[in-house]
Amino acid sequence: MSDRIKEKLEILADAAKYDVSCSSSGSNRKNKNGGLGNTGAGICHTYTEDGRCVSLLKILLTNHCIYDCAYCVTRKSNDIKRAAFTVQEVVDLTINFYRRNYIEGLFLSSGIFKNADYTMERLVLVAKKLRQEHNFNGYIHLKTIPGASDELMHEAGLWADRLSVNLEIPTEEGLKLLAPDKTRASMIQPMDYLKNEIIRTSEEKKIIRSTPKFAPAGQSTQMIIGASGETDQHIIKTAQYFYKNFQLKRVYYSGYVPISMDSRLPSIGTAVPTVRENRLYQTDWLMRFYGFKANEIVNDSHPTLDLDIDPKLGWALRNLHVFPIDINRADYALILRIPGIGVSSAKKLVAARKFTALGLEHLKKIGVAVNRAKYFISCRGYLPTVSDKPAERIKSYILAESASKYLKVAPNQLSLF
Amino acid sequence: MRAGIIVTYDGSWLGVFTLVFQVYAHRWDVKEIVKSSEKVQAQLFADITTVITDEQLANRVLKSLRESFGNELIQELYYVFLSELPEADLLLLKAVQFYFAKAKDPNYQKNIKGSNLRTQAGGGGVRHNYAEDTVLQVQQIGRSVSRERHRMKAFIRFEKMNDGLYVAFIAPDFNVLPLIIKHFRDRYTDQCWLIYDVKRNFGAYYNLHTVEEIILEDGDQGQAVRAISWDAEEALYSDLWKRYFRAVNIKERKNMKLHIQEVPRRYWKYLTEKK
Ligand code: SF4
Repeated sequence: MSDRIKEKLEILADAAKYDVSCSSSGSNRKNKNGGLGNTGAGICHTYTEDGRCVSLLKILLTNHCIYDCAYCVTRKSNDIKRAAFTVQEVVDLTINFYRRNYIEGLFLSSGIFKNADYTMERLVLVAKKLRQEHNFNGYIHLKTIPGASDELMHEAGLWADRLSVNLEIPTEEGLKLLAPDKTRASMIQPMDYLKNEIIRTSEEKKIIRSTPKFAPAGQSTQMIIGASGETDQHIIKTAQYFYKNFQLKRVYYSGYVPISMDSRLPSIGTAVPTVRENRLYQTDWLMRFYGFKANEIVNDSHPTLDLDIDPKLGWALRNLHVFPIDINRADYALILRIPGIGVSSAKKLVAARKFTALGLEHLKKIGVAVNRAKYFISCRGYLPTVSDKPAERIKSYILAESASKYLKVAPNQLSLF
Repeated sequence: MRAGIIVTYDGSWLGVFTLVFQVYAHRWDVKEIVKSSEKVQAQLFADITTVITDEQLANRVLKSLRESFGNELIQELYYVFLSELPEADLLLLKAVQFYFAKAKDPNYQKNIKGSNLRTQAGGGGVRHNYAEDTVLQVQQIGRSVSRERHRMKAFIRFEKMNDGLYVAFIAPDFNVLPLIIKHFRDRYTDQCWLIYDVKRNFGAYYNLHTVEEIILEDGDQGQAVRAISWDAEEALYSDLWKRYFRAVNIKERKNMKLHIQEVPRRYWKYLTEKK
């Protein structure tokens, strides 16, 4: 018995690992009535050997699937070992891992067996058992199966903290080519339902406080990068569209790992586009936390992100007329746009300059990457000497000074600006 | 006025603020602070002044700091205290002196009034004058301690004993056990647990009702606790976790440099999956 569970776990964790979302934040579930667990801490309990955060027990309920999406290891035509957990097995694993402080909760997804409702029903049952029988208040993220009934989606929202529907391929044409059983419309429909339910329950909650929570950590999605020849502009425009219209909490980008001999896809052995993935995450951050609009970063005349420099530096070099920015006077929003200054340094600068006119020595101490920032700022006793130089020249200076950082950029690492 | 004296105190939190009180009362100029537990060679410190911890005096200092600068400052100073760094004692004294000086300075007072003391862009408190060395140093040490606290929340692994107790042994760089108890109490209310700091030889034990501080008798890596045997399923679940950890790797993306940056080697001893 225990050998079989070990094998199942290996198969069903391996199959789930390409879903990169592992976030356990955004929910604030308290531990009620002396039960087990809470959410809100968003802790990474360990990191994989490729440096990704492990926060949740991320598994498939089963890797049997009736569909045949080309980019997916679980597709029905793939010759692999198949396995399926029982509902109780997933519950026991979650509780026992949680009690040992291995995880923040569960991220449960599944191949589609029999049909959408049959699959969704079981995912919902796992969550319901955890909440009701074990008084479990840890994090639960359920994948919603496109085509599942509204009733099941609703129940999923009652037990889960987060729900997600993966867009998988950034363009509709790409999707049609690679996942003939799926359509963009079949993904939008559940997203739309969830969005409306989330809005409705949060409105109700304002009036009737006892309204039960509905997916308090919202919904997210994932796109696979580099499987269908899309440009960065496609990806970022799609991301912005979904952020805006479906109020997504997060869009995840997953560099395609070649797993298949299929002429429609990059061949086995092609490198995973980790640097590109990193640039996309940086762009995503710029849009969510730095006040950038998608078309400032990619547009028709500049549809591809630079791989050798981050998108914030790229924007600055294309917009040298905005600089130099005066550290002691400029608005917080502008300070944020200076390469080499992150959110935390920007806040400190704005706070500290009330007391003293800041010079380069202060900037260094506060943690500004002065090596980069120096081309774009003025402050007490300092005016940039190269701001009238062409962008290419500045770029080469910066690359030369931080060669190690840019050339050996750690893939997937979110060291931001 | 005595110039450049050496002071010794008991190393406690209230001891620090008693010391501060005495520095003001006697107008000492302190050049060095030594904890009484640290073995000092008496001949080297011929002129050494002992401060006796006095809760009331300490609380007077703390109250006045709290009133002028808010609880956030007390918390920042507490983090510096828990860092146990050799420079922490003097820094704490310097920081308090800096803040009291500012409390009297009408210009600073003007800045503080009506502005938000909490961290946010444009927040006006002196605590955010990061151009000032003392402020910055307090903040930076605070960050290191906070990082260690966060890592302990993440990296502690409980093992289940056959009497139902969940046990974890830790040896953090800074004394962060006091900072993580609430987190574990809020989260694990329906299981007994023990988190034991083997480096400082004390632990927090939760008995389903309250958390008690305990010191294991033999003081030796918690032999007493280890002598109890494991729960029948402990081996199964720790093995499942190791397998899970291996299965989620994507070998095409392997990047050990990043891995080690996120999980520095000195923490591997805690981690079931790295054993
Ligand atoms: S439906 Fe999901 S699990 Fe099945 S092949 Fe497509 S992506 Fe893979």
